[in-house]
Amino acid sequence: MKKTTKNNLITFAGTVILCVTFGILNQAGILNSMTSGLLEPIGIYVIMAISLNLVVGVLGELSLGHAGFMCIGAFSSATVSQILVNMGTVPTWLAFTVAIIVGAIFAAILGILIGIPVMRLRGDYLAIVTLGFGEILKSLFNNIYITSDKNGLHFGFTKPPENIDAETKVELLRGAKGTSAPELTNFWVVAAVLIVCLFILLMFIDSKSGRACQAVRDNYIAAQSVGINVTKFRLMAFTLSAAIAGVAGALYAHSISNMLPKKFDYNLSILILVYVVLGGLGSLRGSIIATIILYAIPEVLRIVNQNIIQYRMLIYAIILIFLMLWKNAPFFIHMREKIAASGFVQNIKNKFRKKDKTSGGAEA
Amino acid sequence: MKTLFKRTAAAAAAAVMTLGLAGCGNNTSSNTSTSGTNSTAADSSAATSSATSNAAIGGEDSTPAGNGGTLVIGSIGPITGPAAIYGINVQNGAQLAVDEINAAGGVNGMTLELNFQDDEHDPEKSVNTYNTLKDKGMKLLVGTVTSGPCEAVSKEAAKDNMFLITPSGSSVNAITAGDNCFRMCFNDPQQGKIEADFIAEKLEGKKKVGVIYDSSDSYSTGILEGFKEEAAAKGLEVVAEEGFTSDSNKDFSVQIQKMADTGAEVLFLPIYYTETALILEQADKAGLDIPVLGGDGLDGLIDVLADKVALADGVYALTPYSATATDEKSVKFTEAYKAKFPDADAPIQFAADAYDCVYAIKAALEKAGVNDASIDSKELCDKLKAAMVEIEYDGITGNSKWTTDGEVTKDPKIMQIKVTDGKGVLTDIG
Repeated sequence: MKKTTKNNLITFAGTVILCVTFGILNQAGILNSMTSGLLEPIGIYVIMAISLNLVVGVLGELSLGHAGFMCIGAFSSATVSQILVNMGTVPTWLAFTVAIIVGAIFAAILGILIGIPVMRLRGDYLAIVTLGFGEILKSLFNNIYITSDKNGLHFGFTKPPENIDAETKVELLRGAKGTSAPELTNFWVVAAVLIVCLFILLMFIDSKSGRACQAVRDNYIAAQSVGINVTKFRLMAFTLSAAIAGVAGALYAHSISNMLPKKFDYNLSILILVYVVLGGLGSLRGSIIATIILYAIPEVLRIVNQNIIQYRMLIYAIILIFLMLWKNAPFFIHMREKIAASGFVQNIKNKFRKKDKTSGGAEA
Repeated sequence: MKTLFKRTAAAAAAAVMTLGLAGCGNNTSSNTSTSGTNSTAADSSAATSSATSNAAIGGEDSTPAGNGGTLVIGSIGPITGPAAIYGINVQNGAQLAVDEINAAGGVNGMTLELNFQDDEHDPEKSVNTYNTLKDKGMKLLVGTVTSGPCEAVSKEAAKDNMFLITPSGSSVNAITAGDNCFRMCFNDPQQGKIEADFIAEKLEGKKKVGVIYDSSDSYSTGILEGFKEEAAAKGLEVVAEEGFTSDSNKDFSVQIQKMADTGAEVLFLPIYYTETALILEQADKAGLDIPVLGGDGLDGLIDVLADKVALADGVYALTPYSATATDEKSVKFTEAYKAKFPDADAPIQFAADAYDCVYAIKAALEKAGVNDASIDSKELCDKLKAAMVEIEYDGITGNSKWTTDGEVTKDPKIMQIKVTDGKGVLTDIG
């Protein structure tokens, strides 16, 4: 088996096993309510992190507006599912499926629209434009009002639409007051979507297009010179990433009963970027592990000790700084190399290697 | 790739610093968990020791350990981030009430314990927190402090049939999830209605109202909706309605100019005090001199303006409590608060609301005759929601009664800031 195939298989199988294990434990009611409550958001953020990793890790461009795609996915899907559920004739599972697809499509369309100008930029400029784009989307949804009544949909910008039939009035989007989509998400749905998204991304990264993207990342000019249509492949990866973020947004909208546009700000984009960077650029497995750990830390700190609760975020920040240094600072890199080269670690490694060989032999 | 890496790392480092700063926003003193943390009903020695530590920190008489066990009251609010001041006040206000009740012998033999958790003013974090509190044996919830998170948490609480009373979650939807949800403050449209009534009835001859509001904030837009409705009914004319967002809340010159151009006679500001302070300063520079009417929580204005407090002279505020108020209950509360939390800032209305919440719960517990803390939270909720609509509780924020939909009925208090010798005082003008 090729090394990349093996690696991908480990990532994929590991994720499936994790999802199934926690899904069953959750179903059986063994988990405490904190852990079972954390499963859904962690799953959603994992989807966000792996989709951002496609842009930052594989494409090599710093995108600071990823929350924007989540935002449009969330609000478009919330609107659609509310309309469908209110009709009363559509089963909720179908409404939810349609909503997720709509979220993905809207985010993808926006990804293309944004991508066409943005993908002609590089480096700092791209980062700045995506940052601005994320903020624009947030402001947009702060001001959009959609209300439905028996006469159909009414739109309002900066203020609620007027002249609405009071009896059949349903507020779908309420500007700054956010939206309340029906809570249709459960962990099984998140897990299934996560596995599908992970599969798509793993396949994409090792496909011809994915390798073209990596070539562009590693040397833009060399990639151009061998005839790679740089803008096309970058746009492709950017759009795919946006669509998956839109799916994550759709899941998010249906997992939290009150979603405000304020949530999708610069800080959320950065938070996800932190997951990706600390997990390792280009490594989906790393993104998954980092997201799980980093999302759980501040929540777990709540239950450790009553007296340290007020220092919770301080501890979290220190952990983040330490992890960053551990990954990047020359001192720590040197120390890690030393540890890796030490006799103790080598012994353990050798033992594992032997095992690998024997099991490989048994297979043959 | 290498430069990208550096750049990414720099961006991430900046993010970490932001988080770190957010962490620093929490400036409560360390006496947040004085009453019987982790002590269970059976563990009487733990209860006694916690009572001792309580006495040591709070300087109160030692708590008699209740024989009905310890009833855990959960509470959720932001104690970090931009809305931290509200959460901190609620935390302290509720803690003060809990300690007072315990010192006076508890409720029906039960000792109360407050477990306050930070939600960073984020619905998602708030729901996570709610789940954590359930693991910690929470039987009822005082919270959440802010509206958005409260809407999310109240839906979870309705599913679990967990009793919930929010001190300050004022959006209409914050308590519509089920009949288990109650509220201590007025809701946003109610507030807007009261303010419109005030202008129509007390500020005679002023018919033209100009509004500056935060269009990105549900509290602000909610009040405005109620205000406009009532204003139309009372014959007031809203001549200018100028919004800003949380991203553009520093320069209000355009909005103020619009007020002057449209000839507004009253300026209505349904916003928080930080922006109100800026608007007052800039209106003064622009030469706009018309009466100003603000929402609740404006008592923070006096501290923010500091030496420019003269600008706030004559500002009307709808607030049920102020640290400078001179009525007996407010004074007693303010003194107790300052004695217990000497390092904290002067209490604002949120502290009083939280304090009243805990006492309202006590009244409901007594009415329902609950005397065993090991009661199931669902059963407790059923008893409490029946009791809540029957009790009448006379607290700092007014004489309160509740309807079955959880809304409070009490007399509104409009106060006015009066400045004498560079010192601002909020006085009740009824």
